[in-house]
Amino acid sequence: MSTSTEHLHIDPTEKRWMIASVGLLLIFFAAVTVAGFMLGIQVPTRERRVDPNTVAEQPPWSEPGVREIVPGEEYEVYVLAHRFSFTPNEIEVPAGAKVTFYVTSTDVQHGFKLQDTNVNFMALPGQVSKLSTTFEKPGVYPYICTEYCGLGHAVMAGAVTVTEAP
Amino acid sequence: MAETTTKTPVYALTREERRFVGLHLVFAFAALTIGSLFGPLQALEHAGLDLYPTLEKFGIQSYYQGLTLHGVLNALVWTTFFITGFLTVAIIRGFQRRLAHPGLNQLGFWMMVVGLLMAAVPLLLNKATVLFTFYPPMQASTWFYLGLTLVVVGSWIEGWGFYATYWQWRKDNPKTRTPFIAFASLVTMVMWQIATLGVAAEILGLLLPWSMGLVDGVDPQLSRTFFWFTGHPLVYFWLLPAYVSWYGMLPKQVDGKLFSDSLARLAFWLFLLLSVPLGFHHQFVDPGVPAGWKYVHAILTFSVFFPSLMTFFTVIASLEYGARQRGGKGRFGWIRALPWSNPSVTAQLLAGILFVFGGIGGLANAAYNVNLVLHNTAWVPGHFHLTVASAVTLSFIGISFWLVPHLTHKPLWQPKVALAGVWTYFVGMLIFSNAMHTVGLLGAPRRTTLGLAPYVPAEWSGYLWRVGFGGSLMWIGIMATITVVAVTAFRKKQLPEGEFVDVPVAESIEDPQRTPVWLDSWKPWLVGTAVLVLLAYGPQLIDQLFGMSATSPRIAP
Repeated sequence: MSTSTEHLHIDPTEKRWMIASVGLLLIFFAAVTVAGFMLGIQVPTRERRVDPNTVAEQPPWSEPGVREIVPGEEYEVYVLAHRFSFTPNEIEVPAGAKVTFYVTSTDVQHGFKLQDTNVNFMALPGQVSKLSTTFEKPGVYPYICTEYCGLGHAVMAGAVTVTEAP
Repeated sequence: MAETTTKTPVYALTREERRFVGLHLVFAFAALTIGSLFGPLQALEHAGLDLYPTLEKFGIQSYYQGLTLHGVLNALVWTTFFITGFLTVAIIRGFQRRLAHPGLNQLGFWMMVVGLLMAAVPLLLNKATVLFTFYPPMQASTWFYLGLTLVVVGSWIEGWGFYATYWQWRKDNPKTRTPFIAFASLVTMVMWQIATLGVAAEILGLLLPWSMGLVDGVDPQLSRTFFWFTGHPLVYFWLLPAYVSWYGMLPKQVDGKLFSDSLARLAFWLFLLLSVPLGFHHQFVDPGVPAGWKYVHAILTFSVFFPSLMTFFTVIASLEYGARQRGGKGRFGWIRALPWSNPSVTAQLLAGILFVFGGIGGLANAAYNVNLVLHNTAWVPGHFHLTVASAVTLSFIGISFWLVPHLTHKPLWQPKVALAGVWTYFVGMLIFSNAMHTVGLLGAPRRTTLGLAPYVPAEWSGYLWRVGFGGSLMWIGIMATITVVAVTAFRKKQLPEGEFVDVPVAESIEDPQRTPVWLDSWKPWLVGTAVLVLLAYGPQLIDQLFGMSATSPRIAP
């Protein structure tokens, strides 16, 4: 058969479907972009590398825990993940403050998910994971390991106690 | 009603070819049987009933060893062996000619078998309890990595056998459009070979030297990047063979035709183009990948939804065409006119219905910052049980309901049991996956013995109970279908003399010769794929390779 009879036949209904599909995807692009770059709901980005074999001996992770940057307003929390617990496993911060978590692992891959917040990332040996959140309400927020790290994985958890705003 | 038989096959596979494909299925179904055994054990553990201690006397030492076996056997072995076997049929029947170099395909197959056995020994000895993602620095036995490598390379070699057959056919048929099922099988294999370059680099470049003690450390972040280069297109390697059936065979089984040959081909080309350059959407919450690159991959992941939506339309239009030929009426009334009494058709229709939910959930996974809520929660296995364990596995089961009679010349045993099995599995999956998604949104992690976790709130318990119930139903359903397949394969009763179950090959409504030649040309699409992969991955791969710090020592699971 000669090539002159070739054509890309598209049924009109299918054409409308394809246009609608593209439209739908453009809406998704826009939603993600607005939420990410205008509302600031961001995923972790590259922070810095550390040596997993020595990180626990050097500041700031030689003394993991909470650092008060601006009382009542800004805190930093340094957390070490290791089989099968977090150090520290208890954290206390006030409601309404911006709290930034810096987490790394000294052994295998772990996860760090702070329940009921958007803080959820991998904790890898050799890398520092960083995300911030603001607790609106006082209460107890567990943080749990979300990556299989060995037989004791299920008990690897800690908790943030959020106190009344000062 | 079982698959219809015919007196004169269009093109019959030789006895050797049928035996060769049948061997693929033996290994595939053996893996599915053993792998599925652990499914309800995991689900019941979540529901509060831990049966793993009773397995200790059989050498299964932990939930995680069971979970590793479940993932490796079901997601990697069952799929790869079934796919290479099924695509062999699609290639031979599509081109209507013998494989160009059957010895090459046999070499590939036996390499896969050797690899499987090599990986199976440490898995069963609890020396490779690293789950199917085998993230370092948790280290498995060297034999596990070697075994996986041989399975992948074996599947490549089977693919090369397909290409050689294509070239031979092309030489004899320079102007003819590639027959659709053969074309789609080739695209699947080419995509797989590009995709698996990532895991090949990971195992050969990082994990093997490290597990053999040639180097002391490994870079976990780089390793993840290589793994997910392969990890997401792996999903399309599972899915595209199901699409070969949905586009190219299922329409025939419902007395219909392929609605659009051109757009079916375009969809497959888009899957080739877009399956690989989007792996960072599995790494949205990784610390060592810049957020900008994650965003680029999020957009590319949305793009691959376009050919999925095209597939949704074309497959449903093809089914509707068939249903109306069968006397179906009404806007939705035609659905009832589909041959629901044929278990092969029903399995694939139910697979498609579950996949609609899987696709919608996949959009949420892809959605960049939405992933902060979902990452590594029970939502994720809830999602991929709708894809690999539903769209893919139920379709492969449905295909087996004609493929096994085709290969063995035996009628399907108990089609009613087959139907009951697929419906039971379908209902179990609805219950299971819905509960998994919901409890994941509430914060339940995946890959965790929740029965031992100190942080499980009372709020989760109803969902976890449904996980256990749905998972058990799924197991009953899948075992019923496996029994039907196994009894069919090994029963004595043959089809009546001269009758034959043919490979269902759908014609397309349009003459494929009218499909534009750019939809049957490899060069532009291969070049496009290479360029897109280099753009999406090149800068980060170079960056992560040069910034590599192999500081993580070996750690036993």
